[in-house]
Amino acid sequence: MSDSAPWRPTASIHALRVRAAVLTQIRAFFAERAVLEVETPALLQHIAPESHIEPVACAAPSSGWLRSSPEACHKRLLAAGYGPLYEIARVFRAGESGARHNPEFTLLEWYRPGWSLDQLMQESVTLTAQILQCPADSASRFTYQRAFLKSGCPDPLNASTEEMRAVCAARRLPLPDETDREWLLDYLQTEIMEPWLAQQGGLILITHFPPQRAAMAKIDPGPPATALRFELYVDGVELANGYQELTDAAEQRARLEAANQTRITQKLAPLPIDENFLAALEAGMPECAGVALGLDRLLMRKLHAERIDQTLAFPYDRT
Amino acid sequence: MAMLSHNQLKQGTKVLIDDLPWIIVKADFVKPGKGQAFTKIKIKNLMDGRVIDRTFKSSDTVAKAEVMDKEMQYLYNDGEHYHFMDPDTYEQVALSDTQVEEVKDWLKEQETYEVTMWEGQAINVMPPSHMILTITECEPGIKGDTVSGATKPATLETGKVVKVPLFVEEGERIRVDTRTGEYMERAKE
Repeated sequence: MSDSAPWRPTASIHALRVRAAVLTQIRAFFAERAVLEVETPALLQHIAPESHIEPVACAAPSSGWLRSSPEACHKRLLAAGYGPLYEIARVFRAGESGARHNPEFTLLEWYRPGWSLDQLMQESVTLTAQILQCPADSASRFTYQRAFLKSGCPDPLNASTEEMRAVCAARRLPLPDETDREWLLDYLQTEIMEPWLAQQGGLILITHFPPQRAAMAKIDPGPPATALRFELYVDGVELANGYQELTDAAEQRARLEAANQTRITQKLAPLPIDENFLAALEAGMPECAGVALGLDRLLMRKLHAERIDQTLAFPYDRT
Repeated sequence: MAMLSHNQLKQGTKVLIDDLPWIIVKADFVKPGKGQAFTKIKIKNLMDGRVIDRTFKSSDTVAKAEVMDKEMQYLYNDGEHYHFMDPDTYEQVALSDTQVEEVKDWLKEQETYEVTMWEGQAINVMPPSHMILTITECEPGIKGDTVSGATKPATLETGKVVKVPLFVEEGERIRVDTRTGEYMERAKE
């Protein structure tokens, strides 16, 4: 955090010029490819719950939530047959503040009807490489399991929680008193696997996530079953998350209800299910691949910034 | 007791962990994509100064340490303890050698310090960020050398050794920054 007076912006004029240039570049990229720029609501009356994302609630009379993602609205447009689309969307996630997090940030989200996950991975790399001015053929790929093993973590699919805790202890990574399997996997990922990705450097695609980590992705039954999901990393920083999108309305409803169940066990109020979103899936959303890319983090990498604040005119604590 | 959630753990916050008071010297909020958030903190023990790392999950809460900072006068050192007094109530407290370790060279009788109190006992002392102190020992001054930027060591009346410009003389009073140990200027009488 800079020590300058709190009225002052935290991004330099140079950073804001780079931000403006990148927005222009993104719009040109999608215009060339005939992908439609859309604007969808940020203030929502219903929200699709996710297990580990807390939305920002708004008080009456315009009660509801600020979107944590434009995903549900985009899928309704896709179901209506509006074709490939993208949005440069300001999104909100309560309580997320840190070197790489601000409670309000910008997602570049886009959908490609009829595309495979592989095609979308390639397009994500092409766009990122263009903006960062690095070669587009330089991205390497690892499965989630292989990235864990290569970085010195235990096998994420088979290791016991004791083995995972032992690796943390050997590396002097402090552990909370109580940890479950899912928590330990997240911890190993951020504390061991991501620093290893940073050492490899450049663009890296992680694929074949365990089915428990599918969120809104289709699951390939295998065996072994894997989520048709990818994450794009740049120098160890997670930049984008993409899916072969789930089109089955019943399965989607079950996952939203499961997310609400997780909220209840965490003593959080369940969120009202977005019925319009589910109705759109029932009406028939085309097979498609979609991805969300954190624009502020992309700018951090382009500017070689240590903190997200350096890419934002005013971070939350200066608003 | 006030409880803090993991995303309220910020640098400078005083917390109670393992029944001891600590100050957070560094806090990192971490959240993998689609995963669970956690906060990594580096904390310094307010009693003995040791520094450790801890990790808290999003469902964890941490108690805020109910510590209070009081302005107190330094009285004397009896060879074992350092004694301070509240100038309003005349209440006296004593701190051990290890508790004042880092600030020992800044202690001057009658000066006012910030004493941290926890559960009725004094646990930490902080000097004012700027102090005016007399130089008790240094090489003779070189008159007029205000531009070369060269420095020499000077011992202050409290025992602290700081670097001063060559033109400064023994017996002079200077203003120093206790946080960095840097010379600021000659004190105006």
